[in-house]
Amino acid sequence: MTTVTPGFGRTVAHTAPQGSDQRPRRQLVDTKAPAEKAFLGLTRGSALVVLAVIALVGIFLTIKAVPALKVAKFSFLTTQAWQPDIHRFGIAGIMTGTILIALVAVVIAVPVALGLALYITEVAPARIKRTLVSLVDLMAAVPSVVYGLWALLFLQGRVVGVSRWIATWFGWIPLFHVNGADPSNPVQSGTLYSASTFIVGIAVSLMVIPILCSVMRETFSQAPLGEREGAYALGATRWGMIRSVVLPFGKGGIIGGTMLGLGRALGETIVVILIISPVYNANLHILQSGGNSVSGLIANLYSESSAFGTSALMAAGLALFALTLTINFAASAVVARSRSGAESDA
Amino acid sequence: MSLLDQAITAPDEPVSGAPAPQVRRKVRGVRRDMVLNLAGAALAGLSGSWLLGLVAGLAGIVGFLVVAYLLFVVAYAVLVSLTEDRPAVKDAVMTVLMASMAVLAFTALGLVIFFTLAKGWHALIHLNNYTQDLSSTGELAPLTQGGIGHAIVGTLWMIGIAVVFTVPVGLVAAVYLDMTRSRPATTFRTIVEAMSALPSILAGLFVYAAWILTLGFEHSGLAAALALSVMMLPYMIRASDLALRLVPGSLREASAALGAPSWRGEVQVVIPTARSGLATAVILGIARGIGEASPVLLTAGYTKTINADPLHGPMASLPLIALKLVQSGNANYTARAFAAASFLLLLVIVLFVIARKIGGWGPGHLSERGLRRVREASARDAERFARSQAARDVAAFAPAPSGWDATSPPDPSSTKDTR
Repeated sequence: MTTVTPGFGRTVAHTAPQGSDQRPRRQLVDTKAPAEKAFLGLTRGSALVVLAVIALVGIFLTIKAVPALKVAKFSFLTTQAWQPDIHRFGIAGIMTGTILIALVAVVIAVPVALGLALYITEVAPARIKRTLVSLVDLMAAVPSVVYGLWALLFLQGRVVGVSRWIATWFGWIPLFHVNGADPSNPVQSGTLYSASTFIVGIAVSLMVIPILCSVMRETFSQAPLGEREGAYALGATRWGMIRSVVLPFGKGGIIGGTMLGLGRALGETIVVILIISPVYNANLHILQSGGNSVSGLIANLYSESSAFGTSALMAAGLALFALTLTINFAASAVVARSRSGAESDA
Repeated sequence: MSLLDQAITAPDEPVSGAPAPQVRRKVRGVRRDMVLNLAGAALAGLSGSWLLGLVAGLAGIVGFLVVAYLLFVVAYAVLVSLTEDRPAVKDAVMTVLMASMAVLAFTALGLVIFFTLAKGWHALIHLNNYTQDLSSTGELAPLTQGGIGHAIVGTLWMIGIAVVFTVPVGLVAAVYLDMTRSRPATTFRTIVEAMSALPSILAGLFVYAAWILTLGFEHSGLAAALALSVMMLPYMIRASDLALRLVPGSLREASAALGAPSWRGEVQVVIPTARSGLATAVILGIARGIGEASPVLLTAGYTKTINADPLHGPMASLPLIALKLVQSGNANYTARAFAAASFLLLLVIVLFVIARKIGGWGPGHLSERGLRRVREASARDAERFARSQAARDVAAFAPAPSGWDATSPPDPSSTKDTR
C-alpha cells in the first residue's frame, strides 16, 4: 500500500537537463516522514513480537523434549507404551488414538457441515440466514468443557446402544470389532462400549462442525452468480445447479475446511480426559472402551511426572505441534488458493 | 449428469390445438403439495419405525429416530415421484437432506445448551453460589453452602490480564497486515492462520515449560493468563485483520488523495471505520479465551479458596472448576460443575450477543450520538467556511460602491451540511 500512496514525504526529483528535448523519466523517491517511519516500525514490531511468541512455543517444546528424545531416539515413534521412568515410551499408540479420534470426528462432521453450509447458502430463506449463521458461530463459541460435560452425562448413555448395534452387525470389520462382545447376551453391561473413541469423536465433531461449515459457506457464497443463473437458464433444478456450479467452485473450501477441522480435532483435550479411559497401546477398535490422545496424555500426566517424564510429555507435545502445524499450513494453502481472484482489494 | 440432460427432460409443451389459458406457476415459497408430501412422509417414517420396533427390537430412542428418518426420506422420494420427474425428485430429496443436516446440527446445539442449563439450574439459583468458595464445603454439603466464587474471581483476573496483553499487540499486528501487501506480511498472515488452530493445550504446555519449569515461577493466575494470551493472540489478529479488510479501498484512496500519509489514513480513516468489527474481534477473542480449560489446567494449578492475587498461589477458573468437579464423580460436585458450566455458557452467550449486535453494523456505521457529532462538526465547518468566505468577500469588495450588499455575510444555516 505504501508504494501506491503519495504521502507528504514523497519528493519529486527533477533531473531534466536544461535545453534538452529528451526529458528523462521523472524519478519518484519515497522518503517517509519520521512519523510514518515510527508508525510502520511500531506495527512491524508487534508483528515481530507475535512471530517471536510463536517461534518460542516451538523452541521451548524442542529444548524440553531433547532429554527424552536423546534417550528414546527413533523408538519414540514406534513404541506403544508410556513408562518414561523405565525408558520405555513412545507415541505410536497414543498418536494412533489421536488420529482415530480426529478421523471419527471429521467423518461425522463433514456430511453434516456440508449439508448445513449448503442449506444456509442455497436453501434457507433470506430472513433467517443471518440467524443461522449466528447460531453456527455460537456453536463454535460454546466452551469445550460444556461439550465435555454434555457428552459425558447425556450423550454417552445414548450412544452405547448404537455402539452395541454396530458392533453386533458390523463387528466383522476390524474397525468396529469389540473384544469380548457377546451379541447373544442381552443383559451384557454397556461398560464395554462406553469411554470409547467413537463417543469422544461424536462430541469432538460438534466442535468441528462450525469450523468446517464457516469455511465451506464462505467459498460456496463466492460461486459466481453468472454461472448459477446460467445453470438455471439451462433448466437445472436447484440441486442440479449446486452440483454443477456451487460444489465445483467450493471444492477448495471443502477440502481446506476439512483439513482445518482435522487440525482442530487432533488437539481437543477436555472431552478426551473427561470421557475416555486412557490406554497407551494402539486401540484400533473405535467402539471399544479405551483410547487416548496426545493432549489427553499431557493433561492427565503432567502433574505426576518426574523431570524425565515431563520431558517425554514435551516430546509428545512437540509431535502434536508438528502434526497440527503441517495440517494447518496445508489447509490454509488449499483455502487460499481456492479463494484467489475471488475478491479484490479496492 | 449434465445440464443438457436436464434441459432435454423438461416437459414437452402441447403443440397442437388452441393455447390453453395459462396459469401462472408458483415457483417460490411454500406450495401445498410440498407440505402434504413432507407431512405424509414424516407420518410414514414414524409409524413404520414404530412398527419395525415392535417386530424387531431397535437400539433405543436413537435407533428409532434413525430408522424413522431413513423411512421418511424413502417415503418422501416416492411421494414426490408420483407427480414430478427424476431431476425434480432428486432436487426434493437433496433439499430435505440438506435441511435435515441443519436440523441435526442445531438440535445438537440446543440439546447441549438446554441440558447444561437444566442441570446447572439447581445450584445457579442460590446466591451463595456466586459469593462463596469451596474451601470449607465438603462433598456432602448442600447446594445452599459454598459456591464457585473463587472460580469467577480467577476467571476475571486471567481474562483481564490476557486482554491487556493481547489487545494492543493483536490490533497493531493486524494493522501491520493491513498496511502492507508485501511478501513478509503474506507469510505472517499464513503463519497466524495456522497458529490460530493450534491445540490450546500446547499454549499451556509452552507456558508450563518456559515460565514455570525454566524461569521457576509458581503456578499462578498470571501464568494462566500468559497461556491464554498465547492462545488468543493469533485468533484476535485474524479476526481484526478480517474486520480491517472489510473497509472499502476507496476510503483509503480518498484519504491518500487528500494528502494524508498512509499512517494518518490508517489511524483516522481505516481504524475508526472498522471500529465495530474490531470490537467484535476483541469480544469473540474473549469469549474463546474464557472457556478454555486446557491451558489453565497446566498453568494455574487448582484451588478451592478465593485467591485474589494473580501473581502468587494457585487459582481456579470457571472451565477448570467444572472439569475438576465433574471428575470427582460426586453427585453434589457434579451439580456444582454444571453450575459453573452454565454460568460460563451464559457469559459466552452474553458476550456473543453483544458481539453480534456490534458486528451487525457494517464498517463505518455510526450510532445516534456519533451521527449527531458528525452533523455538529460539519455545521461548525460550514460556519467556519462561511466566515472565511465572508472575510474574503469583505476584503475583495471593501472599496467597491455600496450597490452590492457585502456587509451581511451569507447565512451560515443555508450552507449547513445536513449530510
